[in-house]
Amino acid sequence: MIATEAMPQRVQIPLAAESLSEDRIAYLERLVRQARTAAAVFTQFTQEDVDRIVKAMVLAGLEQAQPLARLAFEETRLGVMEDKVIKNMVATEFVYNYIKDKRTVGVIREFPERNLVEMAEPIGVIFSITPITNPTSTVLFKCIMAIKTRNAVIFSPHPNAWRCCSEAVRIMYETALKHGAPEGVFSCLESHTLQDNAYLMRHKDVGLIDATGGPGAVKAAYSSGKPALGVGPGNTPVYLEKTADLNTAVTDIILSKTFDNGTICASEQTAVIDDEIYDLVLKKFEELRAHICNAKETELLARAVIDPETGFMQPTAVGQKATDIARLAGLSVKQDTKLLIAPIQGVGREHPLSVEKLFPVLSVYRAKSVEEALKVCIDVNHAGGLGHTAVIFSRNDEVIRKFGEVMNAGRILVNSPGSVGAVGGVYNDLAPTFSFGCGTGGGNSTTDNVTIYHYLNIKRVARRTQGHMWFRVPNQIYFNMNAVENIRQFPSRSTIIVTNPALEQIGHVDLVRRCIPEGTHVHVSVIPDAEPEVKVVMQGVEALNFYKADQIIALGGGSVIDAAKIMKLKYESPEADLEELAAPFLDLRKRVIQYPTEKINRARLIAISTTSGTGSEVTPFAVLTDKERGRKVTLADYSLSPDVAIVDPQFVMSMPKGLTADTGIDCLTHALEAAVSSYASAYTDSNAMQAIRMVFKYLPIAYEHPRDEEARCMMHNAACIAAMAFSNASVGVNHALAHAFGARFGVAHGRANALMLPHVIAYNASVPTKFLPSPYQKGYIAHKKYATIADLLGLGGHTIEEKVQNLVAATEQLLDQLGFPRSIADLGISKEEFERAMPDLTKLAFDDPSWRSNPRMPLMSELADLFWKAYQGRGGAKVAPGTQEQSA
Amino acid sequence: MAMVAVWLKIDEERMIQALQEAGEKLDSVEGEVALDFSSVRRIDPSALRAMEELAGIANDKGVKVVLRGVSVDVYKVLKLVKLASRFSFAS
Repeated sequence: MIATEAMPQRVQIPLAAESLSEDRIAYLERLVRQARTAAAVFTQFTQEDVDRIVKAMVLAGLEQAQPLARLAFEETRLGVMEDKVIKNMVATEFVYNYIKDKRTVGVIREFPERNLVEMAEPIGVIFSITPITNPTSTVLFKCIMAIKTRNAVIFSPHPNAWRCCSEAVRIMYETALKHGAPEGVFSCLESHTLQDNAYLMRHKDVGLIDATGGPGAVKAAYSSGKPALGVGPGNTPVYLEKTADLNTAVTDIILSKTFDNGTICASEQTAVIDDEIYDLVLKKFEELRAHICNAKETELLARAVIDPETGFMQPTAVGQKATDIARLAGLSVKQDTKLLIAPIQGVGREHPLSVEKLFPVLSVYRAKSVEEALKVCIDVNHAGGLGHTAVIFSRNDEVIRKFGEVMNAGRILVNSPGSVGAVGGVYNDLAPTFSFGCGTGGGNSTTDNVTIYHYLNIKRVARRTQGHMWFRVPNQIYFNMNAVENIRQFPSRSTIIVTNPALEQIGHVDLVRRCIPEGTHVHVSVIPDAEPEVKVVMQGVEALNFYKADQIIALGGGSVIDAAKIMKLKYESPEADLEELAAPFLDLRKRVIQYPTEKINRARLIAISTTSGTGSEVTPFAVLTDKERGRKVTLADYSLSPDVAIVDPQFVMSMPKGLTADTGIDCLTHALEAAVSSYASAYTDSNAMQAIRMVFKYLPIAYEHPRDEEARCMMHNAACIAAMAFSNASVGVNHALAHAFGARFGVAHGRANALMLPHVIAYNASVPTKFLPSPYQKGYIAHKKYATIADLLGLGGHTIEEKVQNLVAATEQLLDQLGFPRSIADLGISKEEFERAMPDLTKLAFDDPSWRSNPRMPLMSELADLFWKAYQGRGGAKVAPGTQEQSA
Repeated sequence: MAMVAVWLKIDEERMIQALQEAGEKLDSVEGEVALDFSSVRRIDPSALRAMEELAGIANDKGVKVVLRGVSVDVYKVLKLVKLASRFSFAS
């Protein structure tokens, strides 16, 4: 195989329009104005109007297929008259068959499941360059497409095909007019220069350039600054793999390469043939009247048909018969020779016949292996045919797939002829076309077979979608006193109880053990009473593996339950990468990282909460501390949710007052933030509102009277109910602030929440500086939600503002009642220290994902302002007056 | 204050004539001419030419031409051929 050398550059058409006379400019302006008016008038036409006109044009084109083919042949002296008739018929009948039922006016496609409708907008005026090789068929095709899409076209045919093209335009125009098309919808330049083309390509009222022509015209079109469709040059490799049906392959290649004497740019240029079948293939070619050139003949042929200066084919050879080309080259061939076959040993300038040859000359290459064959095909593809067409004959799916992978071609045709196959609609289901998009490889904007959709601006009418929401909680929740007894119903061979030392000491673990069915092996894994560390979790996983556990009972507060969730994850899916799973996300359903679904172990997780705040027994969250790296990892996925939650107040009866207050306010913050969250739904609202009511009623009692069973029970349930709300609606800016402040100053989470809460209610109830995208909510409703909560609590007030203010006051009163510090300053943090911490605090809070579901988007300055308000203390939280609707 | 001196109903069937008549009446008009387009569903190239002429005459004579009841489709055509800016519109 010979490496490909750089192919020569073709000459670019100049774009200068300065030399045009005033008369010529006036003429061109008239054409454009006329087309613009026609296109404007055309916008009023219905689908039925255009379909009626199109049908009439197609019938006229079919009727005139032969006269137009004859005219084209006589004028251009290229190709085969009979084949040009076929081309004209394909350009009309086949194109019609493809487009007749397609909508191109108004709504063209509907996607009800996506709430999306596509509508058509015509382009307006199209400036169209048509080629010498397929002159009338291209005009017929473009006229039909233009009418179907309600566009006007100004044609600029190749100068040596002007008569036949202008006649085709005339026939199409008159037929269209007769059937109601607007006057001026088609026009054809009466003789033209490159300057005319340049002027029209840059005209402000020309919407699109459709350049089907030589590379110069295509390049000029793309260089004009206008949207353009252009076809690139071809150099189609065809690979005959040893499993191919050789009779089909040889016949198809001859058919393709001799069709209109090879003028279709998708026709095969170099056949790469497997060594095993090479001789047989050539014999079959010969039997079907191909002439196989010897080395001397190949050299003579190359000299005759390839320009030694440019390396491109000689224009005089284009579209000529094989016998005429043989004569031109001084070869002696039989009179009935259809095709000249020239063996080559490589691709590139040293092998002149390896380039595009729009005449019946086919290069052939003998390949010793599939690998070599594919490499030569790549060389041919890169020698001037990028993006165009490639052909393979094979029955080996693996080779076909590989060929498809390595060829850069808009059309990769399998077991069918290149030219007629690429046109589409005959050998395959490609869109019938006379304009082949060649992608960026060919300097084009598309790899498609150009069709009606390329003549349209497609508008998407996207209706607001009420994305489906969710409400996911553990499927079994047992609550109220002695709910722990329900553990009896869960059979287990081996159970691990994860807990902390204090709970073991006060007998809670024994309480649980007594409920585990007899015969179950039980192991207690005691972990420190702190946020779980990676090391601790991995030790737990070792225990799970050692005891081959099928059940985990997490008995404790948020830390213990979180640890158990992660142990279960790593036990069931050891490959789970915690670092990766903690990757940030905006929408749970669209997150980049997916949690593992393949499990090598399975264990039921039963969570028994011993505090009334985090609600970790029902949440899909878990926080892990990575001490080695000095960071926290937050995991969030519904697969982390425990399988069973037990909300039994006997485990919280002995909670100290401070912990009761802290966890109770954490619970209230969960509920308040879930209620105004942008992910709030009727499902989460019902939980959030209920939890808020329970907290306001029972938290003060549980705080003042820790042994009050009803108050403890209600608060324990409230924490779980609030957690169900925020598991599905998430939290908000209060948590972002509390996380940052708590981490920076070592303040308990509930306490940090309490310091921010009244200020955040006032903040969210005011008109936001910035709204957050919130497809689930109708307008901004946070203030109304707070007012509803105030009504629920019976706080009074006539206007929304009054009600929100009353909610703020009630919250402050509750915090006072629970003995919370009134300000950050009350914690003994100096103003200077707080000021120094402020840049870190605002950065941390802004990076915290909690606020992503907050109803208003916090600016950094607003976060700082909220911190300062919390520093100064309660009593100052005011809803900005006059900024919200006044009626409740 | 401009006074409506002429009010003409434009019939789609004889649109060009009606527009020409409107053009002829511009001589005797002070203020503005109102053309009722409410029965015009479609407009063709020849009618557009007539409208362009009318706009030219009105401009020369300093008369404002108000088109009433123009349909959205016809309005879009006038916009595409850049004629919309040469008329006033009223519903």
